[in-house]
Amino acid sequence: MSRIETIISELSSISNNPKKAMEDYKKETGKGAVGVMPYYAPEEIIHAAGLLPVGIWGGQKSISKARAFLPPFACSIMQSVMEMQLEGVYDNLEAILFPVPCDTLKCLSQKWKGTSPVIVFTHPQNRKLEAANKFLAEEYRLVREKLERILDVKITDEALTKSIDIYNENRKVMREFVDIAAAYPQIIDPIKRHAIIKARSFMEKSKHTAMVKELNSELKSLPVEDFTGKRVVLTGIMAEPNEVLEILKENGFAVVADDLAQESRQFRNDVPLGPDPLYRLAKWWQEFDGCSLATDAKKSRGPMLIDTVKSSKADAVVVCMMKFCDPEEFDYPIYYRQFEEAGIKSLFIEIDLETTSFEQTKTRVQSFSEML
Amino acid sequence: MTDTSNMSAKELLGFYQEELYEEARRAKKEGKLVCWSASVAPSEFCVTMDIAMIYPETHAAGIGARKGALDVLEVADEKGYNVDTCSYARVNMGYMELLKQEALTGKTPEKLEKSPAARIPLPDLVITCNNICNTLLKWYENLAVELNIPLIIIDVPFNHTMPIPQYSKDYIAEQFKNAISQLEEICGKKFDYDKFLKVQEQTQRSVAQWNRIASLSSHKPSPLNGFDLFNYMALIVCARSRDYAEITFKKFADELEENLKNGIYAFKGNEQKRVTWEGIAVWPHLGHTFKGLKNLGNIMTGSAYPGLWNLSYTPGDMSSMAEAYTRIYINTCLDNKVKVLSDIISGGKCDGVIYHQNRSCKLMSFLNVETADILQKGNHLPYVSFDGDQTDPRNFSPAQFDTRIQALDEMMKQNKEGVSNE
Repeated sequence: MSRIETIISELSSISNNPKKAMEDYKKETGKGAVGVMPYYAPEEIIHAAGLLPVGIWGGQKSISKARAFLPPFACSIMQSVMEMQLEGVYDNLEAILFPVPCDTLKCLSQKWKGTSPVIVFTHPQNRKLEAANKFLAEEYRLVREKLERILDVKITDEALTKSIDIYNENRKVMREFVDIAAAYPQIIDPIKRHAIIKARSFMEKSKHTAMVKELNSELKSLPVEDFTGKRVVLTGIMAEPNEVLEILKENGFAVVADDLAQESRQFRNDVPLGPDPLYRLAKWWQEFDGCSLATDAKKSRGPMLIDTVKSSKADAVVVCMMKFCDPEEFDYPIYYRQFEEAGIKSLFIEIDLETTSFEQTKTRVQSFSEML
Repeated sequence: MTDTSNMSAKELLGFYQEELYEEARRAKKEGKLVCWSASVAPSEFCVTMDIAMIYPETHAAGIGARKGALDVLEVADEKGYNVDTCSYARVNMGYMELLKQEALTGKTPEKLEKSPAARIPLPDLVITCNNICNTLLKWYENLAVELNIPLIIIDVPFNHTMPIPQYSKDYIAEQFKNAISQLEEICGKKFDYDKFLKVQEQTQRSVAQWNRIASLSSHKPSPLNGFDLFNYMALIVCARSRDYAEITFKKFADELEENLKNGIYAFKGNEQKRVTWEGIAVWPHLGHTFKGLKNLGNIMTGSAYPGLWNLSYTPGDMSSMAEAYTRIYINTCLDNKVKVLSDIISGGKCDGVIYHQNRSCKLMSFLNVETADILQKGNHLPYVSFDGDQTDPRNFSPAQFDTRIQALDEMMKQNKEGVSNE
């Protein structure tokens, strides 16, 4: 097995088995893990406490127990997270960090069915004002205090600054990976690309950085071959389950960039420099744009996507619409119109973590492929 | 000028509602500014600046109640709005699209011509506040970008921990200052702080009269039918910073007090059981829901929804005003939400609770199971929930509603006879 294959296989197995990743971390460090609910929680604070931040992204699941607590029009990802809470999947987490950037998460933050303590904080939405940074830094100060109390640790500014550096390094390496992966679609297919990125949700970041760095350099040493398939940009919350990516792969699509909350949105900006680490983390949220969960009077998501299509020389955008996600659903009519005006083709597919039938997606992708 | 002195509260309500729309149309014609506003966004700033106000949620509810929603929902649908999103937003985005087409082509689209609701002018700016949902952020982002007009945001962060911390009030108060400077720029004139104080005082007088009406439902039997609050709500939304609201609510409260004195009750001796309604009204089926309850002798004497506009604060104190706009019960943690509802239920001397599982409103639906469970453990009152929607008539089944309220009625009867429902 080549070094490239080995790294991809290791990252894929971590991405597919977060439970084992947690157990390994515990064995290695003696320390536990803290769950991180979507979206955009300051994981660095958990990292600085020496614990493993673990992303909670639900999973492919049929929903039964959660039906008693959520009506069917709750988004697919939260249905599956609720189902897993009820199954006790998250009960070995020391705490859960819970941001509330949409109405569904506000409600869900008040009804955690597992046993771990939940730490809720609110992102400000009038983000471009300095007062918003101050507010969020204060929320983060309370998050830090609560974590310190629950975990019985001290989280110093020094440790936090170090963790921010480690995360920024990871972000930089991930941006490089996304660009490099686009040049080697024959090796990094949509499923592998997703696994490599998703693994960062379950790994100590400097370890992930080291592996992806090595992967990047191995890839760069290979000659770039012509790609005859179609190049696409993904946008949305996430592009799961793997069957969806499998369909893209089967139809000769390469993912050359993404605007997914589970992927590039997390690392397209660095945490900015400054003296106060909590304020720096807050400022990240101010500088972050182009996401349905971060209010934007300029609505820059469409123009940003158009720029990404141009810079990544993509043929089209694939809209991965999380079922019943209203923030994403509200963005769609606007960027769709902007795509039409800019002559950019797009395909709408629905993301449903509960489904096991992908015929409709298959048909849509096939006919879209013929159209391009 | 019309003489309003002899009008009944009901006549005043109709008169001022129409007057507000007429003022906005006139303002547009005269080249003055028109603002579209979220229903619980602070009205004080724009009113101080003499900007004519339109409230899309109230307008959408009106379209729904007049059975005109489907036409405009179809327009939103064609623009790519998912049928799973809020129907107020979809009705309004569809209506806005029709107004835009009219402005661009000079021709009135047929669906606009046919719409049963009051004609409203397009806005020159929009103001939103997320104290009743984050959907209002997304909706108003879209309005601003589609019309290329300024957006004023008042963000009131979800209060996951009560009491509301000072740093949150400071953040909101800072946004008030920012809204004022945005308005100064848009209007090209200085903000008049003396007038602002008067507008705040007016708002407090309107709110006081509104609360006076709401408190009358505590009488048993009740002189007030809670469904009337759904109708009068139009003025607490659209005119609380004007004397229109104060005048109308005072008149209504006076009428109700007079009735109470004379032993005239809302259900004229037929009040058998009292219920709390949790959630927004089902506007396209308002009559059905009201009559369904009335036929069983059930009067609605509790609803937390009108309490969203209990915006009491100290005029001149920005921090106090910030608190009033952020403490809305659905913007707070479950413990506080339950506390507010519990007071509503006991204040209304209710025998049971109806929860509206509103397809349009995730925030007012996703905690209903837990809310109902906690409340029931405390007050031992029966409850039911039904599936509905505030403006999309397709998401409500009259038969399901009837069955559920019959079940509630049965349980309330048993409860009154001392049979446990637990």
